Amino acid sequence: MSIRTRNWLLLAPAGTLFLALLIVPLTVVLVFSFGERAPAGGVVPAFTLEQYANLPARWTAFKNTLTLAPIGTLAALLIAYPLAYFLAVRADPKWKTILLVLVIVPFWTSILIRSYAWIFLLGGRGLPALLEWIGIDGVRLINTPFAVLVGIIYGYLPLMVFPIYVSLDRLDKRLLEASSDLGAPPWRTFLQVTLPLSVPGIATGCMLVFILLMGEFLIPAMLGGGKVFFVGNALVDLFLQSRNWAYGSAVAVALVVIMLITVTIYMRLLNRLGARRDDVAIM
Amino acid sequence: MKHEGYDASTLAAGQKTIAEFRNVSKRFGSVLAANDLNLRIAKGEFLSFLGPSGCGKTTALRMLAGFEAPSEGDVLLDGEVVNNLDAHRRPVNMVFQHYALFPHMTVAQNIGYGLKQQRPRLPKNLIAEKVSKALDVVRLGGFETRRIWEMSGGQQQRVALARAIINEPKLLLLDEPLAALDRKLRKEMQIELQNLQRQLGITFVLVTHDQEEALSMSDRICVMKDGRIVQVGSPQELYDRPRNRYVAGFVGTSNFFDGKVTKVTGTRASVRLENGDEVEGSPVSQVSVGQSVSISVRPEQIKLHRSGDGATARVLNRIFLGEHTEYLVKHDTLGEFLVLSPRQSELNDGPFNTGDVLFASWEASAALVLDSK
Ligand SMILES: Nc1ncnc2c1ncn2[C@@H]1O[C@H](COP(=O)(O)OP(=O)(O)O)[C@@H](O)[C@H]1O
Ligand SMILES: [Mg+2]
Repeated sequence: MSIRTRNWLLLAPAGTLFLALLIVPLTVVLVFSFGERAPAGGVVPAFTLEQYANLPARWTAFKNTLTLAPIGTLAALLIAYPLAYFLAVRADPKWKTILLVLVIVPFWTSILIRSYAWIFLLGGRGLPALLEWIGIDGVRLINTPFAVLVGIIYGYLPLMVFPIYVSLDRLDKRLLEASSDLGAPPWRTFLQVTLPLSVPGIATGCMLVFILLMGEFLIPAMLGGGKVFFVGNALVDLFLQSRNWAYGSAVAVALVVIMLITVTIYMRLLNRLGARRDDVAIM
Repeated sequence: MKHEGYDASTLAAGQKTIAEFRNVSKRFGSVLAANDLNLRIAKGEFLSFLGPSGCGKTTALRMLAGFEAPSEGDVLLDGEVVNNLDAHRRPVNMVFQHYALFPHMTVAQNIGYGLKQQRPRLPKNLIAEKVSKALDVVRLGGFETRRIWEMSGGQQQRVALARAIINEPKLLLLDEPLAALDRKLRKEMQIELQNLQRQLGITFVLVTHDQEEALSMSDRICVMKDGRIVQVGSPQELYDRPRNRYVAGFVGTSNFFDGKVTKVTGTRASVRLENGDEVEGSPVSQVSVGQSVSISVRPEQIKLHRSGDGATARVLNRIFLGEHTEYLVKHDTLGEFLVLSPRQSELNDGPFNTGDVLFASWEASAALVLDSK
């Protein structure tokens, strides 16, 4: 068997899956998006831009997604970084594994069940009741953007922690000693050595969380109570309830395009950052 | 205990102390990595810590750098106790064992790192100027914008060196800096390090397990064993007057014959070897009758002849080294030992071949009577 054949064989399983589950459906969605709504639901093939012209009607969902996804990503980063730093640099090696397992333990139960827990916690008999007890009245948490934010940060935290942990764990601790030896106090060592060398982990974590958040629908549905709508919720509605597939497809295509644009800009920025800093290759 | 923890806190007259260990011990859990160290390091000297792996050399160095605080005793820099002074506040720099160069910075950024940390800030052009000067010192002029991974091992070594000297530290610490280089490069760097030290006048403290490296570069060597300092002295002192069998074995090569002291007269002692033979030797320190000792004879101190006095020895192996020839010979009861004969003696007595039975002898002054520890 030639190297060429073997290379093709290596790519075959993933390639087939990619073709069957990504390219084909995407093409179908793209075709649908130019169609018209069939009276009984479904699509009548056509070539019209009508569906795209209607996109502004779903502006709120796009706005929510495009604000809460970046904010959620950033918040997850700010919470995950110190945690990952602690796990990788400070934690006693004996405890490391246990602590890492604790980070993923929540994944052992379904996000659905965990979201119910949050509904209770943020709902009238949860945190607001506690606040009332200490004299702070009238706080409403559930069904607000805040509740959705809490939910997504909570849900996606491990995804942010792990890549950052890996890059910090790989970091040669002698570099930190070298920095200190050369006269840098701890916080400057962090800014000049630790942080730049963990950029690959930050970049991976942010990308992962951001992309998944753009398609999120479960957490907004449960903790946003129909008031904080994501594009994902709009899609669920259009495909499953209203059965307006043509319009739903246009919304989906718009989301994919927005994602492609943001991710491209993001990669460009990272690469420029990498080039300027003479940095380690990013991803 | 005092006799064990060798007191090296004396320096020659006129030498200024730049750093000092005073009764310093360091514990890691149950491991005593440094045990009652007492040592003065003289300003401008090249001092090496020599000992096998795990004997506490790096620990001693790290206490000077400020990465470890002593469990007991005091570490002094320039006359001040610095036990708990952070590394970034010490006028000391280190060349790390695997260089620890910053992979996300260029060669120039690595070298200028120490200057960049100074407050008040130094002007950019001054930093650039000093960096290029440092690069010249380590003969890497023009490599400013190179990436670390584009440099060979030897070049990385020199970048690490330039980075560590740029702040003109009072003490330059080097932890096995040449261990990762191949033999030829190591020899070159040994000479370069020595030149650099003279040129800069900075005090160098080197850690190595390689006796040849320590012997060839150092003004003084501090021999360590199991966290203790065994002996401190110039390479010649250690070679000619090792304090015990351990030092004699670690510094240079030697033949050892174990025995017990039977008589002490003036500068000589008689020792009954394990085979019952009685030999004369010169004690390096006080010995008493009945004490277990080792007679140490350097290979080059032993003479081989075809006839005459001495112990009969059969040649087992012969290695021609050019200037010298090394013989492995065997004595019936004393066992095997090494002899290094100069070329001239071979020319006089004819080459000795494997299987030849010869006489081996040495002067009583060359037979050192050492504590067998
Ligand atoms: N950070 C540490 N934690 C626990 N033990 C250590 C630590 N550093 C050194 N040791 C132990 O101390 C002893 C001396 O180590 P070290 O100073 O590195 O020796 P050397 O440099 O001579 O090889 C060894 O037994 C080593 O295992
Ligand atoms: Mg070491």
